[in-house]
Amino acid sequence: MSEGPKPAPENPDMPGSPKPGAEAAGQPAEQAAPASAAAPKAAAAAKPAAPKAPAPPPGPPDQAPPADLPVPAYVSAVQSGVAGAVEQVSYWVGDWAVIVPAARFAEICRFLRDQPGCQFDYLSDLTAVDWPTRDKRFDLVACLYSTALRHRVRVKARVAEGEAVPSVTGIWPAANWLEREVYDMFGVTFTGHPDLRRMLMPFDWQGHPQRKDYPLEGPGELLMENPQDWLKARQAAAEADIE
Amino acid sequence: MQIDTPRPMFDTDELVINMGPQHPSTHGVLRLILKLDGERVVDCDPVIGYLHRGIEKLSENRDYTQIVLLTDRMDYVAAATNNLGYVQTVEKLYSVEVPRRARYIRTVLSELQRVASHLLWLGTHAADLGALTVLLFGLRERELVLDLFEEYCGARLTYNTMRIGGQPVDVPPGWDKKVLAFCDVQEQKLPEYEQLLTSNRIFMERTKDIGVINAADAIAVGLCGPPLRASGVYRDVRKDEPYAAYDEMEFDVPLGVRGDTYDRYLVRLEEFRQSLRIIRQAVQGLPEGPIMGKVPRLIKPPAGETYHAIEAPKGELGYFVVSDGKSVSPHRFRVRPPSFCNLQALPRLVRGHLVADVVALIGTIDIVLGEVDR
Repeated sequence: MSEGPKPAPENPDMPGSPKPGAEAAGQPAEQAAPASAAAPKAAAAAKPAAPKAPAPPPGPPDQAPPADLPVPAYVSAVQSGVAGAVEQVSYWVGDWAVIVPAARFAEICRFLRDQPGCQFDYLSDLTAVDWPTRDKRFDLVACLYSTALRHRVRVKARVAEGEAVPSVTGIWPAANWLEREVYDMFGVTFTGHPDLRRMLMPFDWQGHPQRKDYPLEGPGELLMENPQDWLKARQAAAEADIE
Repeated sequence: MQIDTPRPMFDTDELVINMGPQHPSTHGVLRLILKLDGERVVDCDPVIGYLHRGIEKLSENRDYTQIVLLTDRMDYVAAATNNLGYVQTVEKLYSVEVPRRARYIRTVLSELQRVASHLLWLGTHAADLGALTVLLFGLRERELVLDLFEEYCGARLTYNTMRIGGQPVDVPPGWDKKVLAFCDVQEQKLPEYEQLLTSNRIFMERTKDIGVINAADAIAVGLCGPPLRASGVYRDVRKDEPYAAYDEMEFDVPLGVRGDTYDRYLVRLEEFRQSLRIIRQAVQGLPEGPIMGKVPRLIKPPAGETYHAIEAPKGELGYFVVSDGKSVSPHRFRVRPPSFCNLQALPRLVRGHLVADVVALIGTIDIVLGEVDR
């Protein structure tokens, strides 16, 4: 039930089913609640509508490392090697993470790959996390691994809606499909990506399903229950020609 | 009628064709857009997503305990390792101590699963190249593994056999002897496959020097599992970041030399032997004790996030789970599917080869579309 801010459900006996607003059923993520623009309005609407769902926390819990824990060399190397790059260092259940500005994401990734003490030559994973009520709503997370030195680190950047992040495909070709998936699922765009198309969803799909304000059932439920509204919504979408 | 420029007898245009999504050798609903120059592949663009069920999105709306059975549906020929990766991630996030006996049982199950998955891979890969007998042999032995799983947890394909904190059931009486007996049978059958394939001239012609990728490229494009090791990279999550009971097991990591399709075959064949070795050690050394750690009924990990990877039969299977500390379902549930990352290397592998080699290369990277698309 962590659907984030959502429009008031039309059907009161189904509080759990997120219903996109009638005007926006065709492309819920794009139109229903672009939370960065309509955050106060959407939050106000969500409170009376869904009393059960607790408001999502504004951001991820980035715990600071305990004071007695020595910072590994690869983390301190970034801190000293790239001036002002590390906004925060986080440690939780054995994982180290560095939080960096989005604009310098690629630069810091390149440093991590090439620095002798880091050698993060393997991109394990690249994904995003959506925190819809936060100012910069997305966390871009890269999980790096070094096949030579056998250590891991996570690089995180906070990305605002509509903000483009420098692509890391030039550093690890493995990022190609992973960035496409992030774009497909969250709508985060990358500059310098050779081929930024949708990865899993059909090429003409509207909206980004992995966002928290995207309804779990997709637009289909409205279609099943109220074809007239759905047709209207689709018409509106075609006129607006979004995405 | 006047013809000033004679038409060339043969067209030299490049031909774009679709392979799949309904094609028997693509192992599921994989669509490849191939650009051909005669019989040579100039370029290849995999189109995936036909089996996308939104498991990540669905999981973010389910309890932590309910997600275990969703993970079954990703790599459905290796459900036990999918379970293992997920439950270990939540255990790590929740700081749960898993009893030693449960860790041993998990090791046995995941190695049995590796044998079953590799058997299916071997059979289908060989059948793609024309050796149909190996498919029958592979399925015949896989049946024995499925019987063992059925006796342990009651299911034959989607096991749902692990819980956060331990194992749901203890091993049935006599099961360990059956597992050991299976190991003996499987050990005897391996020379049969080798006899049919390893020095089979047709098989060697179809696999040697096909889809060669060197170590540096393999790391850069994110290959994982047997394809990465076949390129000579010593990378096995079981060794590098031991989980379950792998730190107490003795086994070797087979490495390839040339990084071609034949080496990938040899690496996997050797992995059979290493898996059987691990199974024997784990079953014989199965410690006494509880099988379930102390876990509350409602699982609500403290706020935090973690990435945890295991060595699934197909490669590094990672889970990235974010908990907001308030909800009973994860705020973010992300799977790093090994098949997806291996499939990404396919265009690089097939360029310059024949169309028939595309079939061999799809087989050699061992994809399961349920996992690629989630």
